[in-house]
Amino acid sequence: MNYLMRRLATFPLVLLGVSILVFVAIRMVPGDSITAMLGTEAGLLTPAQRDSLAAYFGIDQPWFIQYWRWIGGILHGNFGISVTYGRPVLDVILERFPLTLELALLSMIIALAVGMPAGIYAATHNEKPSDLGVRIVAMIGQSTPSFVLGLLIIYALSAGFGVLPAMGEFAPLWQDPLRNLSQLILPAITLGFAFAASVTRISRSAMLDVLSDDYVRTARSKGASARSVIWRHALPNALIPVVTLSGIEFGYLLGGAVIVEQIYALPGLGRMVLDAILQRDYALVQGAVLFIAFNFMIVNLLVDLAYVALDPRIRLGEQ
Amino acid sequence: MVHLTRKLLSGITLAAMLGVAVVSTQANAATLHMAWSQDATGLDPHKQTAFSSLRLLELIYEPLVRVDASLQIIPAIATSWEFSKDGKMLTFKLDPKAKFQDGTAVTSADVKASFERILDEKTGAAARANFLSIAGIDTPDAATVVFHLSQPDVPILTAMSDVNAAIVPASEIKAGSIGTKALGSGPFKLDKWDPNAKEVLSANKDWAGGATGVDGIEISVLPDEAAILAAMRTKQIDFALLNDPLVATLVPKEASLQLNRVPVLAYHVLQLNPSRKPMTELKVRQAISCAIDRQEVLDTASLGEGKVTGPLTIPALATDPSQLFCYKRDVEKAKKLMAEAGFADGFSATVIGATGEPPTAAAEAQVIQSQLAEIGVKLDIKMMELNVYVDAWLKGDFDMAIALNGGRADPYTMYNRYWTKAGNLQKVANYIDDTLDSQMQQGRAETDPAKRKAIFGKFEKHLAEMSPWIWLYTSYSYTAQQKNIAGFVPTPTGTLFSLSKVTIQQ
Repeated sequence: MNYLMRRLATFPLVLLGVSILVFVAIRMVPGDSITAMLGTEAGLLTPAQRDSLAAYFGIDQPWFIQYWRWIGGILHGNFGISVTYGRPVLDVILERFPLTLELALLSMIIALAVGMPAGIYAATHNEKPSDLGVRIVAMIGQSTPSFVLGLLIIYALSAGFGVLPAMGEFAPLWQDPLRNLSQLILPAITLGFAFAASVTRISRSAMLDVLSDDYVRTARSKGASARSVIWRHALPNALIPVVTLSGIEFGYLLGGAVIVEQIYALPGLGRMVLDAILQRDYALVQGAVLFIAFNFMIVNLLVDLAYVALDPRIRLGEQ
Repeated sequence: MVHLTRKLLSGITLAAMLGVAVVSTQANAATLHMAWSQDATGLDPHKQTAFSSLRLLELIYEPLVRVDASLQIIPAIATSWEFSKDGKMLTFKLDPKAKFQDGTAVTSADVKASFERILDEKTGAAARANFLSIAGIDTPDAATVVFHLSQPDVPILTAMSDVNAAIVPASEIKAGSIGTKALGSGPFKLDKWDPNAKEVLSANKDWAGGATGVDGIEISVLPDEAAILAAMRTKQIDFALLNDPLVATLVPKEASLQLNRVPVLAYHVLQLNPSRKPMTELKVRQAISCAIDRQEVLDTASLGEGKVTGPLTIPALATDPSQLFCYKRDVEKAKKLMAEAGFADGFSATVIGATGEPPTAAAEAQVIQSQLAEIGVKLDIKMMELNVYVDAWLKGDFDMAIALNGGRADPYTMYNRYWTKAGNLQKVANYIDDTLDSQMQQGRAETDPAKRKAIFGKFEKHLAEMSPWIWLYTSYSYTAQQKNIAGFVPTPTGTLFSLSKVTIQQ
């Protein structure tokens, strides 16, 4: 409990650091909201016109005043207004987040459902042709970029079968579950393929390590069945690296899967952040990065807590 | 393994079946399903300059006049117009049937308020630069508007055809709601805009131009153009705007699809910076012009999809490129010019380009790099994110720049920003001489079309010979459509306005 409180107490400090980083980084990139809106036509503006637009976009004040206003707003629950959407930043983020969360969860389910059995199977058939086969597929999975796989799937379905899930407008799960699933299954497979490959490789190697441990040998010598040795004795210990990997990967996915969202035209968090950066929608970029950092910290915390559940020897927070 | 494969296949089949189920529920003959890869960036017609923004806004708002496919001025809100004999007064008669989408009539007061808003520096309208000759606006009655000009300004009429000069309700200007609410007098009303995702438009039943061909348009933003093509194959999308020639050239291979392509006014150009050595030397600039094989750049970077051009891209005014300085590649002449300028051993320079804007930018830079290497010019290519590029471009902070610059239906409006002494973008062009400035001023005041053509012909030849920039080619604007869509007219300005009369055949 103490550990949990201490970890939660570090959150504001980390978020403060992230806020400074993102605030400075986005402003260090050349170009601003005015050039993002007008492109080269911005060169036709008079100084007075430029000043007027800078005031409109809220970039007419020095950096520290802009930062102070932004942070002050956040402390009052106001993340600012997105100039692209004309709406509060938090509303826009929370509108996009369910899709990203659902996609991340689906991808993780696919990755774990495929990757773990494949990894365990490969470990228990170590150095046999079937192990080699699994390793080759996993290697292909890890080295295939998601945009290649995504485009291949889209091309194969549209050119080969003349079908595609509806693209453009996303149906939320609670409104139309069938349509929602049809829109997310292919992106989830695209993301889950590489994710599953990583899970396969890490669970295979973790399993191989554990299978050579003394306690597994002891269990075998005491006559435990192969199934019992693997599922009861070895697997719980082999899970720790899998949980670590899945946690980190899941944390990344909660930040949005930009390329997959672009290819499948999904209005998720990743695409929103990319568009916001390109359009120099400072308030939206800043708010979204803080939100993503917060999610990542929560996932990290959950992973740490999962260690305790998986391995009673681990005592969090003890010196 | 076999089991795994079977599972995977059945999963994909299920997804495909679900896809079919979803697609079949979308069929709606009266709604045009459209897609583009880049969305509009805002709703204020006086402030937006992005291509997609203009294409969306011209379906909602109307200017006083329009240009047709042959770039002739035709009526929009105004039914007629007339310049006074001294060219300093321009009078418009408004269409009495013109109404905003809330049912109120479009009056001369709205026209006056709209132009006053554009001219107000607080608005931040980039198009203001085109209307600086407006000295006053009179509204003798509700259907008549008189613009008093400080000097004869023939191109102002073309500038008024742009959606950046759209007429908005005076009441909305007063309420400060332009940009947050889209209320125009155009053929469609904007029902929903989810930025970077979707727009929903419905027909404006009160449109003075008559009934629209469809009840509405749904525009989906599909960022990947290969995915747009895939969605057209499955008939999810009826009509699409494409930028990438690599994708566009695949459209004719699909039996159910039709590709519309038309040469546009925008031009691909290698901008030299004549304020930087050695581009300060005329002979060096001319050597670069002679060393570049424009047709090869077009063939390699853009699959030959376009046409080699000189500075003028307006078909009625353009000179045959073969008549312009060094449009036939001549490496020996280029080497001789380099030697005469004192650069027989060549020099090194950096060329900047924007990633993906246009999609051919990197390929153009690479072809030019290899061509200029033959005369000893070593080019370092620096590709940048669009905004970073725009920032450097506006500051004139480059040796050379690959650019796709927008065209206009009038050469003065198109080029006064660069090639007049008072041009707003002189700091980008970094070259001006008395001849260019004087030709531009003559062209601005001349009302006789034949004389204007002659003036701008000389302007074009002089510009090509001075070679501050190396004009390369004009590309095509591409739209793809299902073959059951009828009535779309592609134009050199890239406007989608004719979607107002498009119909979906059953």
